[in-house]
Amino acid sequence: MTAIAPGTIPRSSPRGSAARARLLRSLLPALSLALVLIAIAWLNPRAISYFGFSLMLNLAIPIALATIAQMFVIAGNELDLSIGTFVGFVGCVTATWLKDAPLLGVIVLLGSIGVYALLGALIHLRNLPSIVVTLGMSFVWQGLAILVLPKPGGKAPDWLLALMSFKPPFIPFPIIAALVIAAVVHFGLMRTSYGVILRGSGGNPAALRRAGWSLLRTKIVLFALTGLFGVLSGMALIGITTSADANIGNGYTLLAIAGVILGGGEFVGGRVSPIGAVLGALTLALAASPLLTFMHIPPDWQVAANGAILIIVLAARVLISRRER
Amino acid sequence: MTLVKSLAAKPWIWSFLGALLVWLATISFTGGYGGGGMVTAALSLAVFTVIVGVGQMFVITLGPGNVDLSLPANIGLASAVAMKVMGGSDSMIVVGLLAALACGAAIGAVNYLLIWALRIPPIIATLSASFIIQSIDISYGRGLQIKPPPGFADFANWQILGIPVLAILTVLFTIAAAIALQRMIYGRSVLAIGQNIRAAWLAGVNVGRIRFLTYTLSGALGGIDGALLAGYFRGANVDIGNEYLLASIAVVVIGGTSVAGGKANVPGVWGAALFLVLLLTMLNTFGVSAGVRLLLTGLIIVGVITVAGGEKAIR
Repeated sequence: MTAIAPGTIPRSSPRGSAARARLLRSLLPALSLALVLIAIAWLNPRAISYFGFSLMLNLAIPIALATIAQMFVIAGNELDLSIGTFVGFVGCVTATWLKDAPLLGVIVLLGSIGVYALLGALIHLRNLPSIVVTLGMSFVWQGLAILVLPKPGGKAPDWLLALMSFKPPFIPFPIIAALVIAAVVHFGLMRTSYGVILRGSGGNPAALRRAGWSLLRTKIVLFALTGLFGVLSGMALIGITTSADANIGNGYTLLAIAGVILGGGEFVGGRVSPIGAVLGALTLALAASPLLTFMHIPPDWQVAANGAILIIVLAARVLISRRER
Repeated sequence: MTLVKSLAAKPWIWSFLGALLVWLATISFTGGYGGGGMVTAALSLAVFTVIVGVGQMFVITLGPGNVDLSLPANIGLASAVAMKVMGGSDSMIVVGLLAALACGAAIGAVNYLLIWALRIPPIIATLSASFIIQSIDISYGRGLQIKPPPGFADFANWQILGIPVLAILTVLFTIAAAIALQRMIYGRSVLAIGQNIRAAWLAGVNVGRIRFLTYTLSGALGGIDGALLAGYFRGANVDIGNEYLLASIAVVVIGGTSVAGGKANVPGVWGAALFLVLLLTMLNTFGVSAGVRLLLTGLIIVGVITVAGGEKAIR
């Protein structure tokens, strides 16, 4: 892949128009979300209310968390094809051990984050393709999930149920949660010095290595963060659905990748945006089911709607980038 | 000694050794019972992995980032299209196969169109395409007459002296693929692009056309695979291709093809496919539960990749 170094200053076009294009590009995730919201408001004005948003965005919290998880590996030029089954595994542990034997549950969940960290180390040390390793791991998590919870069932811990059904005044909980997630990750990854190093490990690994930073450590940290947010996503999901199923998270792998890309992330070069990723996840969550329902499109086309949105946004990005260059 | 050395240097030998080991482990467990039948079953199931594996191999050889994630959705849709066109009548078998081939090739062409027009990484292009194909398949496949014609089902299950005919045909196909890869301008161009896309372009390789052909080829192979799968299992369904995402990528990598691109290995695809199928047979023979089977399959794939990988990626 011919990666264009991040921060390449466009020379051919006049400064002003290039800056405008870049601004437009960074606004694209917000614009897509706004468009979907306007469409929903137009089709069903009653949906734009406290209750409507709580309902429509309910599942957006776990999707946003899974998207953030995927974003960390993508920042390091890797891809995690196992995040969906991992979320499912966490869900099964949450609905069984975390409720019945909290200490064991916590240890297992922390251990699974440790497994993610080890995977990062393995991928770096042996120079393995992350796609293949994580595809293999997706079977491991699925197998473990079935072993933990052979039949759909279990029950979420009460504190988690209470947290996820929290009803703050004026602003629906999912929106507050999305804001908090975006703000925390944005600060950590975009505003701290180690965040710059983490993104740099995807942007220009050679330069980082020469500057004396350990690429092994950045990869371990990125994968561990993916594991951490995967755990949060699985717990949030169970807090909403109240019970678990080994296949509950399977769709999240593709949703999470799509969310990162929708949010302005690039596959190579450490170019990611936490705020964009959360916006992308919200867009997908809204477009996939509420919008289609209001448009009277059968649920068969839900997945296609995600694909179509992805293609439209990427096409818009190409048009903008053409001006940027 | 020199023979052993030259054999050990072949990257594909390990996948065959692995398959042999797994086979030996299983028949020693059953006390030698069913060894032959196991090979027959493994051959007939490995065929489907080999066909998509070869397509995926050409794509992966194009260089880092090139991978076709739309194969499962493609297989699902093509199997439905083939069964619909055949409509249960033996006279329409060839037309149905051609329809599946065309359907797959069209998906491959659309994949490349997305990559080229939107300038996005192939992973995202094939991923978004697969979202859309999945939905088309779900809505098209609903309430369809989805059984294959008896003649086609018999053909897909036909054996001569315990050797599946489909496996013989697939061996011929893989030999042709190996010749195309090593001896024809197309294959050499694919390898050249995988080694260094810019150098290949400067040397006069029509990079765009070769990449277009490769994605179309991968799509077409997925399509034909879908039709054959529906024939073999005597019916098409939406999920028929699901396992072939992991399988197609895994056989390429286990078979000794470099994930960094530019180095492909056709015999290894066969070895790796047999290895994966025999592995599943072994776990089934040992009577492990579904959870343990998934767990072990995943662990073994990660383990094999860890041992086989470790090449310096060239960016």
